[in-house]
Amino acid sequence: MTTPGQRGFVLEALPGEEEDLLSAVLAVLGQSFTVAADTDARGSGARRRTWLDTFDWRLYRAGLMLQFEQARRGGRLLLSKIDGTPQAEQDVTSWPRRPPLDLPEGPVRDRIIVLISPRALLPIVRAVSTATVTRLLNADGKTVARLTADHVTVTAPSRAATTAELAPRLAVTGVRGYPGPARRASALLASVPGVTYASQDVFIAALTALGRHPADYSSSVAAEITAEMPAPVAVARLLLRLLDTLESNIDGVLRDIDTEFLHDLRVAVRRTRSAVKLLGAVLPDDLVEHYKAEFKWLGDVTTPVRDLDVHLLGFDAMAGQLEGASPADLEPLRAYLAHRRAREFRRLSAALRGPRTRAIADDWRKALLKIRDNDGPRRRRPTAEALALSTTGRAFRRIAAQGGAITPQSPPESLHDLRKRAKELRYLLEFFAPLHDPVAYRKVVGDLKQLQDCLGDFQDSEVQRDEIRTLADAMLAERAAPAATLLAMGEIAAKLARSQAEARDEFTARFARFAGPAGRERVRVLLEGRP
Amino acid sequence: MKIFATYNIKGGVGKTTAAVNLAYLSAVDGHRTLLWDLDPQGAASFLFRIKPRVKGGGGALIRGTKALDDAIKGTDFDDLDLIPADFTYRNMDLILGGKDKKTTRQIAQLLRPLAAEYDHVFLDCPPSISLVSENVMHAADVLAVPLIPTTLSVRTLDQLTEFVAGFSGHRPQVRAFFSMVDRRKRLHLQIIKDLQAERPGVAATTIPSLSMIERMSVERAPVTVFAPRSVAARAYRDLWTEVSKDI
Repeated sequence: MTTPGQRGFVLEALPGEEEDLLSAVLAVLGQSFTVAADTDARGSGARRRTWLDTFDWRLYRAGLMLQFEQARRGGRLLLSKIDGTPQAEQDVTSWPRRPPLDLPEGPVRDRIIVLISPRALLPIVRAVSTATVTRLLNADGKTVARLTADHVTVTAPSRAATTAELAPRLAVTGVRGYPGPARRASALLASVPGVTYASQDVFIAALTALGRHPADYSSSVAAEITAEMPAPVAVARLLLRLLDTLESNIDGVLRDIDTEFLHDLRVAVRRTRSAVKLLGAVLPDDLVEHYKAEFKWLGDVTTPVRDLDVHLLGFDAMAGQLEGASPADLEPLRAYLAHRRAREFRRLSAALRGPRTRAIADDWRKALLKIRDNDGPRRRRPTAEALALSTTGRAFRRIAAQGGAITPQSPPESLHDLRKRAKELRYLLEFFAPLHDPVAYRKVVGDLKQLQDCLGDFQDSEVQRDEIRTLADAMLAERAAPAATLLAMGEIAAKLARSQAEARDEFTARFARFAGPAGRERVRVLLEGRP
Repeated sequence: MKIFATYNIKGGVGKTTAAVNLAYLSAVDGHRTLLWDLDPQGAASFLFRIKPRVKGGGGALIRGTKALDDAIKGTDFDDLDLIPADFTYRNMDLILGGKDKKTTRQIAQLLRPLAAEYDHVFLDCPPSISLVSENVMHAADVLAVPLIPTTLSVRTLDQLTEFVAGFSGHRPQVRAFFSMVDRRKRLHLQIIKDLQAERPGVAATTIPSLSMIERMSVERAPVTVFAPRSVAARAYRDLWTEVSKDI
């Protein structure tokens, strides 16, 4: 029981003056209680804690915090809400020193596994704290409350050299059946100059002290652009933001922490390629030509591993759908996929560590910074808003024309091509999201997403079926395919063919919703700003 | 949740000192422990520096109109809580007797909701043979009976054993131990030797008569806390080792 507000108090003393302030606190408490040091108290001494979350802060975004409290052997996982309300806890016998941190079975895992999958947990902040406990006694010499003073040193595991000392924290803990003394002690504490209510949890205070803030990674574009900004500056800002996302994922890909680092990296590359293609007119020509080729290369080197990841991530679901064959029949395929992934991962790793990737990141950034910070004549340049309206309008008209020409007899390629155009429009909308009215934006994106899902299902089914065929050939050639596995793979291929046909059937309705009169009106409102 | 009770029909035989020390040792072992001071004299409450008073009166607790949970007080020690004595406990027989019929299972029933919160409960019983003690015997898994080494106390143990044997259903295990033993008295040593040989439920550990144990009322703490290396503390630790094997 901690009072009040659970987070306790912070000693806002200058460095070196904490002890004086602590003595002042004890003197004030001494007016109402007898104070006695308690060296053996539970909770006194050193305490090691690590806060965990996924790279993209899934727990924090869901209003949760996960703490690992280290004991001599293993330790304890504590899941709480952001305000400190406990949610679940679980003992762990051992804990790996490095990520990925696989959660052992237990109540904490049960609570969060769906939320975080397929991401891994990473240590975000480590804290070593030393607590001293003082007992507050009543006239009978009975302990009626305890004061804990906590000195906390925090480090960022990803940046080992970064260490910070937090302002000492004080907490009054009540003894069961004695609520009054705890309240009185808290009130006395609050009256001491230099003692303030703690407004942040230790975790958040630690992040702040380390120069970070919660949820400081997101794969969304969210570039800082305004309508009046010169178009080249806005595009440079956008591309810099994408480059940040790309670079921040490289380490996770190389350490193979989870599959989503590569996924986010690839999305950043794709968005960059689309931006260069669709908005490159406002950038120098030679730059555009060079980086079109470079980002195509970077995208291509990441494809094989991602394709295998997709197969492996969906493997259990795929095996679960089998009707004729048994899931066990597919196991040789899983082994084969894992083996291929290991090989492809080595290639990817070499490419990402190599000079070409380094050069893309460094030189591209330099070039973009130059454009962003260029204060040259602006009069003749279009604004970000003008660029957004012209490119988004053009992209929409293109889809409307291409999609409208598709008939049930059109070849699959026409839908594949339309999918690319739809993706480009989606990226344009996301790039310029800060310039749009949020309501109009959500409506258009909602329609577009429906269409994209349908086109995605159509193409993915086809690609996966082709891949299953290619894999079957390769496994046969390597004598890695028992007959039962091939039969099971055949069943999967047939299922994929069916879902492709279903997607094709749905296309007409989805397209009509997006590009029909109502859809067109929603786009007009978005671009012209009037309902 | 296991329930231990210290009981003897006679007063002043070391019942409360045993309850206080055993409960403390149980908590030290990491068991979440609750001690209920049922004796209106409130000696156990006094030893833990807790006022012998239940807000709203002890009667409400026994009748079940006030939850036991609300009366619990934390002691100065981790994992050890106490329900204080209350002067109204002197009328507990009347309360348990109720309007309609006497009840012998009320205390067991009151304790049941605490099972999730505590591993061990100790009941420090007032000296008497009454409806209260009968309730305590029905609730307890282990009945720890301090005996002064006299011929009369042997009779007391026999009566108690016989009484408990007459229970239908749940019966507590009776674990007698000699208390206030003066090793200079030949009669004491003889009775202890005889009874330990004759009766299976008599503990090998004996609690000597020591001024260190009397000091508990000055220190207001278990002897196992303020003099952990003393002979007295060692005796209680041995007794706890024996008694805790009974569950």
